[in-house]
Amino acid sequence: MSENPHLSVLDRPNSYIGRSVPRPNARRLLAGRGQYPTDVSLPRMVHVAFARSPFAHARIAGVDTEAARQAPGVVGVFTSEDIAKICEPWVGTLEHFAGMKSAPQYPLAHNVVRWQGEPVVAVVAQTRALAEDALELLLIDYEELPAVTDPETALDPDTPLIHPELGDNLVFGSKVEAGNIERAFTEADLVVEDEFHFGRHTGVTLEPRVVVADYDPSEERLTAYHGTQTPYQMQDVYARHLGLAEENVRVVVKDIGGAFGVKLHVHGEEMTTCALSMLLKRPVKWSADRLESFVSDIHARDHRVRARLALTKDGRILGYDVDDLTGVGAYSVYPRTSAVEGNQVIKLVGAPYTQQHYRAVLKVVLQNKNVMSQYRAVGHPIAFTVTEALVDKAAAELGMDPAELRARNYVSDDAYPYKTASGFTYEGLSLQRSLEKLKEMIDYPGLREEQRELREKGVYRGIGMATFVEITAPGPAFYGVGGARISSQDGCSMRLEPSGKVQLAISINELGQGTETIVAQIAATELGIAMEDIRVVTGDTGATPYGGAAWASRAAAIGGEATVRAARALRDSILEVAGAALQTSPSELDLRDGLVVSREDGEERISIAEVGRIAYFRSDTLPPGFQPQLSVVRHYSPQGLPFAFTNGVHASYVEVDVDTGLVRLLKHWVVEDCGRVLNPKLVDEQARGGVAQGIGMALFEECLYSADGQLTNGSLADYLVPLSSELPDIEVAHIETPSQYTEIGAKGAGEAGTAASPAAIMNAVNDAIAPLGGRITAMPMTPERILRSLKRI
Amino acid sequence: MSDTNYALNLTVNGEHVSCHVSPRLSLADFLREELHLTGTHVGCEQGACGACTVRYNGDQVRACLMYAVQAEGAEIETVEGITESGELAVLQEAFHRNNALQCGFCTPGMLIAAADLLKHNPNPDREQIRAGISGNYCRCTGYHAIVDAVAETCSRGNKEAAE
Amino acid sequence: MKSPQFDYVRPGSLDQVLALLAEHGDEAQVIAGGQSLVPTMNMRLAAPSVLVDLNHVPGLSGVELRGKWLRIGALTRHAEMVRSPEVARHAPLLARAAPFIAHEAIRNRGTFGGSVATADPASEWPACCLTLGARIHLASRNGTRTVPAEEFFEGVYQTAIEPHELITHVEVPAAAGGMLYGFDELARRKGDYAIVGLAAQARVGAKGPMKLLRRNDQRLYEIRLSFFGVAETPMLAQQAAAALEGRPLDAEAIQAAQSALADDLQPLSDLYTSAEAKTHLTRVLLGRVLHALSGDPSA
Repeated sequence: MSENPHLSVLDRPNSYIGRSVPRPNARRLLAGRGQYPTDVSLPRMVHVAFARSPFAHARIAGVDTEAARQAPGVVGVFTSEDIAKICEPWVGTLEHFAGMKSAPQYPLAHNVVRWQGEPVVAVVAQTRALAEDALELLLIDYEELPAVTDPETALDPDTPLIHPELGDNLVFGSKVEAGNIERAFTEADLVVEDEFHFGRHTGVTLEPRVVVADYDPSEERLTAYHGTQTPYQMQDVYARHLGLAEENVRVVVKDIGGAFGVKLHVHGEEMTTCALSMLLKRPVKWSADRLESFVSDIHARDHRVRARLALTKDGRILGYDVDDLTGVGAYSVYPRTSAVEGNQVIKLVGAPYTQQHYRAVLKVVLQNKNVMSQYRAVGHPIAFTVTEALVDKAAAELGMDPAELRARNYVSDDAYPYKTASGFTYEGLSLQRSLEKLKEMIDYPGLREEQRELREKGVYRGIGMATFVEITAPGPAFYGVGGARISSQDGCSMRLEPSGKVQLAISINELGQGTETIVAQIAATELGIAMEDIRVVTGDTGATPYGGAAWASRAAAIGGEATVRAARALRDSILEVAGAALQTSPSELDLRDGLVVSREDGEERISIAEVGRIAYFRSDTLPPGFQPQLSVVRHYSPQGLPFAFTNGVHASYVEVDVDTGLVRLLKHWVVEDCGRVLNPKLVDEQARGGVAQGIGMALFEECLYSADGQLTNGSLADYLVPLSSELPDIEVAHIETPSQYTEIGAKGAGEAGTAASPAAIMNAVNDAIAPLGGRITAMPMTPERILRSLKRI
Repeated sequence: MSDTNYALNLTVNGEHVSCHVSPRLSLADFLREELHLTGTHVGCEQGACGACTVRYNGDQVRACLMYAVQAEGAEIETVEGITESGELAVLQEAFHRNNALQCGFCTPGMLIAAADLLKHNPNPDREQIRAGISGNYCRCTGYHAIVDAVAETCSRGNKEAAE
Repeated sequence: MKSPQFDYVRPGSLDQVLALLAEHGDEAQVIAGGQSLVPTMNMRLAAPSVLVDLNHVPGLSGVELRGKWLRIGALTRHAEMVRSPEVARHAPLLARAAPFIAHEAIRNRGTFGGSVATADPASEWPACCLTLGARIHLASRNGTRTVPAEEFFEGVYQTAIEPHELITHVEVPAAAGGMLYGFDELARRKGDYAIVGLAAQARVGAKGPMKLLRRNDQRLYEIRLSFFGVAETPMLAQQAAAALEGRPLDAEAIQAAQSALADDLQPLSDLYTSAEAKTHLTRVLLGRVLHALSGDPSA
């Protein structure tokens, strides 16, 4: 028996792939031994607090810092001019978004404040409390300007300009067109349409944003202990905007208290804090408090979508026609911009279906509100709410079961590769199988029967389904081609320790999703050792290979591939040393259970620890000229298609109290196909956590602004995040359609839960209230909105 | 008004602590900054999120809503103390098996809330577990696995009791 | 979100507290549970120069039956109210309301007197006090006085307490035979302040000599309906109560009460709920609470 040298990691004996291995690093967190950036404290460290704009739009007429400078414990007071001297402003545009524009954004508001909560002045003091005391002594003179808050009128000629130099309030416009949309709608038997509203919400990471910046002037080195999910991107940003050599910037993040896409954008506070460390030549800490988080963490969503769907009378989807207007706050966010979400919406509507006609128009406009940018499942919950709410509406009009209407229109499981009307190419999805599995999971006929019986008793329950197709693991086409220095590749290094154990360092990082666990699973499988024998290092640009890190559901799909390649290289190296030591051809040998064995019969030859001992301490016993290479590094960049696509379908079962408008979630189900499942438990948990955030969007979360641009619910008591009593049990099942472009075939699982849960819930609520004539198309679906849709008020 | 030097004597995780603090220092900041017990987290400073939950004379409280000086003579327990005493071991194991945490920021407070629930109600059903931890935000898990973990410790406890 | 500076004092007796309040007046703030006060101080919405900690003052805590009144010490924690057998037996309305208050960790610190003194228009205890006709006992260096709940709540976070005064205890009439209670609130999340809430009581059957004449009398008397979350203070719905007075609790009576609410309440909107929606919800809640009226503390 001879082994194929290209045998996949998946075929290795004693594989960890597909096993629900608990996360080794979770034990630390369970014992209260996490090392979060908020825990970092350094010698001579001082604290910064920010004076923030009380107005949505105003000219800064004067700043008097004198009294604040004299306050006890104050180390310094810094205005925008002070910081701008050493920190270049940034512009949040990408070159491949034709015509996109935004204005230079300074770390602290420069002359004009453009949203309520924008940082204006930085006060540094011995403690955070003393810095806050001094903030009260600042005299900042504002001349209020009219605030632009409504996206609908942002482009009207008489609307004031937020950045006069841009000429208008438009950040980006785009249009996707295919087939003949006018004809499709003219010839359709049925057209359904709605106007959808998606409130602004925000990520609410439990650990707020934080950075401890430590600049050492003797080496001109900046170390930033920064709660970021993209350390390499921040290394680049800090270096370029603070005029430092890239190699002199180190970004470290060991544990991080939630990220969800909030912690990969450039915010003024972190930039200012690093600049302050350079100016003061000592460590400076900024840890946002919760009130600051609400007015300065990126917000998300905020879309108005008008959409219509054309069908034949036998339920064939002909096309979607979509108009998306999104308000993104005062600047396009750097460096990923604020246009990506809208750009995904206009390509993803109708993504599961075979429609041939398509038109989607996008306008991204400025507002005097906090900035908006990418947050978990960017664009997907918008696109699939629009897609699937219209499918349910059409099903009702056609008198057809909504599951049946979906099944008739899905891209069929044997039709891949498939190119969509909006221009995506799917490598392979499992829409039909996923729906079948879901129907089985929820006992669809039984659930419908229960719903009917209860309705007769005046109990209004609804069943909603929603399909998604999700963009994951993007290649350079996403940001790199637009000129952003955001890596789409990742690197993994490994070294064999003299003990025979392995040290692994990788550029994808741990956010709690289980990165360190899955790379250990992959490496252990490939190396034939126990997972416990692998130490994983992440989150330190000074210690790991360069890469993109954790965003867009890319860690497993891209980092996993780098890991398997590095592990194979290390295995080959170990076998080479063993072969040299044993005077055998390495091809005769293999690694299993921590041992070097004969490939033929599995008989033990020597232990891996013995290989380590010989290589590091007794190389004299090896053949002359032979140099053991027991440290390796491999990188992987996505190949084949520009993105991977995953798919799945959600179901939600709700009960609406039609007298109060309160919605009780009874249960939620997800069937998802994220390609190869490396660790089912971890994938389940990504789905569940994602669903919870989708539930927040659907029913609870909204950043409420007054007409003059004041955030009115910016505290954790007023902004409603769903908690344990509001959330239902969430069942998850998997279908696996591995990618053929990669060895492992994992595609990414971080956002599937959020992608279609809001849509499923909206469909369920509408299913519940339909008998009473209600229909709701605005999120969050508050009691107020539901009561209005039912005409109770 | 002085900003420092209010004498404070208390017991933290069984150790006597004697020091001087500013009256305005919250118990949470005192534990984290003065005693370096960073397992107690601060998420909102208004009592909403529960990340700072500790025990004050045996009862769970929000450490962000007490001033350290109010803990004069009190016995404070944090996640570090009740981990090392072994008291939380069964819950911690169940959390680990069920992956009932992701980022882990809520976890110390969640464990203390769950232990407190089990003290008052050793055999809660899923709805009671959800109610018992409803004052503790978790933004990562969606709670399902946390409920599983707590429920599992109850059913194990029951099994052991039955045997 | 760090509190401004203050001086902290930890008096060991009520006399010391009252002396401090007399000395510092407006500049002093008492802290009991601190569950509402500390957030406002962390947000720098309150900046007392002296913080007077009541937690070490003996005699302010506990629940006790004294004659026909249940005496609730101002420093009694919400958690004690949840678990107290005296509360369950003699004040079933309070026993029903207690679990609606926030969450366990908050209930372990927050106090009955603190909640009454804070007078948040959406909180439970003030409404219950109004429904039950509680007597709020205040002390100062000048002596003591008692304010009936009807005169105590003056506005949003505003009460009849003078700067130098302290609530020592609250008395509510002990539940008598034939008393029915109802409590419910609508909230989007468990433990949140209510969108609207209602604390209700009624006596079923005639009282005194009339009792002999009217055996098996199922009519309601002495109805008190206190809504919270609708106005600047908890509000007694007197017209609705009048619509029920002396009638059996049937669908017609409930409907009459619901219709009468329009004359009692003009609810104010909040962040998420319009005045119109609140008006509707008060009617719905009234119907539900009346249907569920009972004498059982755990109902």
